Amino acid sequence: MSSRVAVHTELQETAEEAVRQALRYGADQADAVLLSEKGFQVTTRNGEVESLKQAGSKALGLRVFLDQRTAMVSTSDLALVTVESLVQEALATAGHTSSDAFVSLPEPELYRDLPFTQDWLDIEGLEIPPATTIALAAAAETAARNLDRRIQNSEGATFSDSEIVWCYANSYGYSGRFPSSIFSLSTTPIAVEDGMMQRDYWFSVSHFLNKLNSPQEVGETAARRALRRLGARKVSTCEVPVVFDSLTAASVIGEICNALNGAAIYQKASFLADRLGDLIASPRVTLLDDPTICQGLGSRPFDGEGLLTKPVSLVQEGKLENYLLDCYSARKLGLRPTANAFRSIATPPTPGPSNFYLKAGAAAPQDLIASVKRGLYVTELIGFGVDIVSGDYSRGAVGLWIEGGEAVYPVEEIIIGGNLNTMLQELELVANDLEFRGPIASPTFKISRMTVSGK
Amino acid sequence: MTDANAEHFFEESFGLSTALYCQLLSRSLSRGGDFAEIFLEYRVSERIVLEEGLVKNPTRSISKGAGVRVLWQERTAYAYTADLTATELLAAADVASHIANTPRSFQTVLGSRTKPEHDLYSNETPIVELFLHEKLDVLKRADSAARAYDPRIREVRVLLLNETCIVSVINSEGVFVSDCRPLTRFGVFAVAQDGQSRQMGQKGGGGRVGRDFFEKKTPESFSTDAGRLAILALTADPAPAGEMEVVLGPGWPGILLHEAVGHGLEADFNRKKTSAFAGFVGQQVASPECTVVDDGTIPQLRGSLNVDDEGTRTECTVLIEKGILRGFMQDRLSARLTGAALTGNGRRENYKHIPLPRMTNTYMLAGKQTPEEIIASVERGLFAPNFGGGQVDITNGKFVFSTSEAYLIEKGKVSRPVRGATLVGNGPDVLKRVAAVGNDLAFDEGVGTCGKGGQSVPVGVGMPTVKIRNMTVGGTRL
Repeated sequence: MSSRVAVHTELQETAEEAVRQALRYGADQADAVLLSEKGFQVTTRNGEVESLKQAGSKALGLRVFLDQRTAMVSTSDLALVTVESLVQEALATAGHTSSDAFVSLPEPELYRDLPFTQDWLDIEGLEIPPATTIALAAAAETAARNLDRRIQNSEGATFSDSEIVWCYANSYGYSGRFPSSIFSLSTTPIAVEDGMMQRDYWFSVSHFLNKLNSPQEVGETAARRALRRLGARKVSTCEVPVVFDSLTAASVIGEICNALNGAAIYQKASFLADRLGDLIASPRVTLLDDPTICQGLGSRPFDGEGLLTKPVSLVQEGKLENYLLDCYSARKLGLRPTANAFRSIATPPTPGPSNFYLKAGAAAPQDLIASVKRGLYVTELIGFGVDIVSGDYSRGAVGLWIEGGEAVYPVEEIIIGGNLNTMLQELELVANDLEFRGPIASPTFKISRMTVSGK
Repeated sequence: MTDANAEHFFEESFGLSTALYCQLLSRSLSRGGDFAEIFLEYRVSERIVLEEGLVKNPTRSISKGAGVRVLWQERTAYAYTADLTATELLAAADVASHIANTPRSFQTVLGSRTKPEHDLYSNETPIVELFLHEKLDVLKRADSAARAYDPRIREVRVLLLNETCIVSVINSEGVFVSDCRPLTRFGVFAVAQDGQSRQMGQKGGGGRVGRDFFEKKTPESFSTDAGRLAILALTADPAPAGEMEVVLGPGWPGILLHEAVGHGLEADFNRKKTSAFAGFVGQQVASPECTVVDDGTIPQLRGSLNVDDEGTRTECTVLIEKGILRGFMQDRLSARLTGAALTGNGRRENYKHIPLPRMTNTYMLAGKQTPEEIIASVERGLFAPNFGGGQVDITNGKFVFSTSEAYLIEKGKVSRPVRGATLVGNGPDVLKRVAAVGNDLAFDEGVGTCGKGGQSVPVGVGMPTVKIRNMTVGGTRL
């Protein structure tokens, strides 16, 4: 057994031991999660190292059940005596909570699929020497600078690598772990023209070092994004078609994902509550969550309650088919859990996406822009003006103005407004450029009409 | 925990010693670094939620760890560990030392232990240490009050977050100080339904407060506000779209300052010349009626600190004085590189992070007009007394913030309620369009969290009623 496997085994055993402690002190059921992270991060700016950071942390989260009540504790102090006292504290706390018939671990038969071990661990990649990581970051920044003389400043470039081990154990004796590595490279150049500055960024992230985009590609993409914002204007207030590029489209899809969250659904805190089986979107809209995508950034073998994960169809050609569900929200809604429990060390499980995406269409992204006589191509969204209870949507936008099917000049200091309900119905075209840059992804899409507020 | 035992907390609980601190600083500087610092942190936090009338999943967390930082010229090295043992801390010091490359032998003399000069928190009865049933009572009172507000209130969620965080900062320039910081946030979220229409309202408050917080402001008062906002939204019209005069109410609308000028005046962005405000010191950036300060010394406010996360005493720093840009918020690195004085704005989310220049409580001083006079001066516009979140691009200066309660103003009178909408502006320009400043300065109720570089820290904002000319409102009604 390699020393790395031995360390991971020991972490998993620590989680198992915490569960045994809970049972010893009188819990009916318990489960534990343990997260270990080790990482290194370097930021260069103007070709020089600006900062180096080395990380190491471990933390344990324990959930206990007692008479249909539950409580959670977590600690980064894994000393046995601390864990013991926290177990007792959790049990005492649980005694004060409300009895709730829906509270327990998932039914034992849901665990009949054996935990399968999977790791996306790039051991060779994690051995990368600091000097090489510094060179990678500096190269991305330099590539941005070299693309155009108007790239005159920079917020720097960052390379990071980390090794993450996620362990789960419960009182059925079920236990599993998921070790993975994550590498990322990003840079934020600043373009200057006529005394005005614009920044933008680009990044690449992967479980495997050799799958990262080259520093050249990351740097040049970032520079092009910053350059195309130079000379941005404010447009007059109007109602027009809006095309979202794949990054901002993923942000809108992320809001829909929040509205499909089982916890928001049973609390009636979503505009999609009580609408199972309804046509909630145009036939172009198929939304899926797939935790099994090979090397997907949101992929995982088991969810936050240890259930084997599987692909879920949420919306099929506009029809609402399912919600993202953990065990508790599934019971509340009378549905089967979709193995979408998400959990951090310190918070209870709650539904969340793995790799959540809008299914790609056939058209090229350029065709969507070409279909617009006069409208907006959005490349960045800022602010927090989204309300998933009512569906009201109002966010700051940056992008390019479209006239006669072509992007003609950059725009900024505008807001796009609408309602997610209507936006889903009026999602008229979906492009073919689906690419995962994080757990939520979308191809470019077009919404036939939104309000653009400006001058 | 109280201030008294915070002072020796890490020595008593984890067996650390001043001899070890000395050794750590020497080890950190053994390759020629200019500055070394040890940051120790121990945090107890809890989260209690009442949902559907039930107390579900209370959580309690203990987090501890330490970070060692070394500065050399413009470079920073940081290594952290969750293990508070001599071995791990020395290993972290060793890693951090490598940022510099001129090995020398260095003997550090530890500064003498000092107490913070400020005493801004209520640490008498920390809420985190109260019996659970007392806190559950607060949640249940809030839940009942929200449900009783109106039969159309269908769902209520009440959240109580409490923590106590002990930090020690020890550096090679003689700082040796500890601080014990309480923090509480309370919030009520209500969903109202009428036929097919579903709307939410929320209200929260808190600060570096103790048990007496809920005596001064009852849990029921938050519920009434949350319920009122949810019901109001049921009948609100779509918000207008386009440029108009906007009147911001007192308190939380101070998020305007946080986004429009606050971030742009953090020293790191100006040192690197990536802020839209870089090079504007001494110039007019706001109307002469505007004086904006960042003040970490206001008792019990959410953004207040006795010392910042670099051990520096917090201050009231003038950012904009009668419209003229005066200065920036500093951390040690930027202050050292630009020759500026420290302002007590070096903050970090926790021991896993390098400190950055951050805001504490940012507010505008009161003016002379009454809020009634200001409203009466508007022919057609928007009155926005409550806001949600905001964001800024500090390089081009464009910022947004979103209303959570707004009304039309017609012929000098507040009229119909309108739905939430985002407002957009340009930081270096928006305060020049401030047309009136009210005499009613208020601070927010203590729920603000600010994000920067992947780090969240609690902050406060404040503002009197303010009128702004030609602000773009992002509604849907043309």
